[in-house]
Amino acid sequence: MSHGLLLTAGQSFVDGWFNSLWVVVIAKAIIVLVFVLVAPLGVGYMEHKVLAHMQHRLGPMYAGRFHGWAQLLADGVKFVQKEDIVPSAADSGVFSLAPAVVLVPYIAIFVVIPFGKTVWAVNLDVGIFYVLAITSVSIIGIMMAGWASANKFSLIGALRAAAQLIAYELPLILAAAAVVMQAGTLSLVGIADAQHAFWYVLTQPIAFFVFMVAAIAELTRPPFDMPIADSEIIFGAFTEYTGLKFAFFLLAEYAGIVAFSAIASVLFLGGYQPILGLHIIPGFFWMSAKVGALSFFIIWLRATFPRLREDQLQRFAWVVLIPLALADIMVTGVIKVLVK
Amino acid sequence: MESYYAQYGVVVAVLIAGIGLVAVAFTAARIVAPRRPLPEKLTTYECGIDPVGEGWAQTQIRYYIYAFLFVIFDVESVFLFPWATIFERLGMQAVVEMGIFIFILALGLLYAYRKKVLQWA
Repeated sequence: MSHGLLLTAGQSFVDGWFNSLWVVVIAKAIIVLVFVLVAPLGVGYMEHKVLAHMQHRLGPMYAGRFHGWAQLLADGVKFVQKEDIVPSAADSGVFSLAPAVVLVPYIAIFVVIPFGKTVWAVNLDVGIFYVLAITSVSIIGIMMAGWASANKFSLIGALRAAAQLIAYELPLILAAAAVVMQAGTLSLVGIADAQHAFWYVLTQPIAFFVFMVAAIAELTRPPFDMPIADSEIIFGAFTEYTGLKFAFFLLAEYAGIVAFSAIASVLFLGGYQPILGLHIIPGFFWMSAKVGALSFFIIWLRATFPRLREDQLQRFAWVVLIPLALADIMVTGVIKVLVK
Repeated sequence: MESYYAQYGVVVAVLIAGIGLVAVAFTAARIVAPRRPLPEKLTTYECGIDPVGEGWAQTQIRYYIYAFLFVIFDVESVFLFPWATIFERLGMQAVVEMGIFIFILALGLLYAYRKKVLQWA
């Protein structure tokens, strides 16, 4: 198997296992899929437990005997057995397709995320651009869900979600661009490698702030959860969903938390680079620890902040975050050329 | 060239695996889950009372302004990423040129702000 570009960029750990290109591709696809099915369950369990303890509760304690570790597996089994109700007014084809359109892009993101120097599926040379492009596809899924439901709450929620996701897409892209300027590469492996001396959160604190705020808004997590504001519009675009389709939206939400935490870790927290030069501990554990810490932070916000109002949210993106990110790009450009 | 196809081959394989996962799960649910459709159960949810009018209701037109602004800045980002990887080699001239480009777009945003389209009355 000739690698060309791949050889110069280092090899994935899977490449050494098999000789056949096809087997390698299939093995990588299976590993990514298993990861996407397991990691969100971990974050989901963490959300149950962290929120519970922040509210002086215990959270799930029974499923699986030990501190309710199997709660989300039990939930999954339960969801599969629930009746799948498609309202008679709904556009049933689009209605059924929407959960897949929301979930599949989040699975595809994990193809390029490096969890170690050799622990990644593909080192795309347009890595971060690919990630930012493919996250946008979920917006279409949410619009499909909201429109096809033929429900007023769903429609309001979907339009809120679409407006929010496109508004916060821009700060996300611009903050990532600032990091790309500093690293000089779009490859996520390259960006992580470029941080072997120091993490970019030190040189790009503004971009990190903008990126995290925009990421939480992209996930429609509190304090930016107006698209699913339960006290106003039931559950937004997902109001009419039941059973497994509903579960897929939840899975996509937790996969999204893992995905955005992982991207933020790679862009700003050095990815698999160790803290204090502790190379004895493998990069995979460092990356997992950073993703876990950022996921914890995102969950923490839910227990802390009230919801913003819809127009405040839009103003914040257009008037504060986007100008801030644009200024950050210009300052980064000038400093980088001058320092060189 | 082979590595190019090998790379995107993995992306395509993961997309197929994801679609396969959804298909398998939906099939499993179809076999396991009960199906007892009733007219009442299939009505649109509107807090328990009978739905009024149709679900495809009129909504805020003001969202389209955001869509317009988004397209402008999204196109900018397409130009921004190739530039970001090589501007160091091109030097200060490249930074000034991108500065002018961003300034013109920022003027557009300022115009929208002054016209108060970012503010909901």
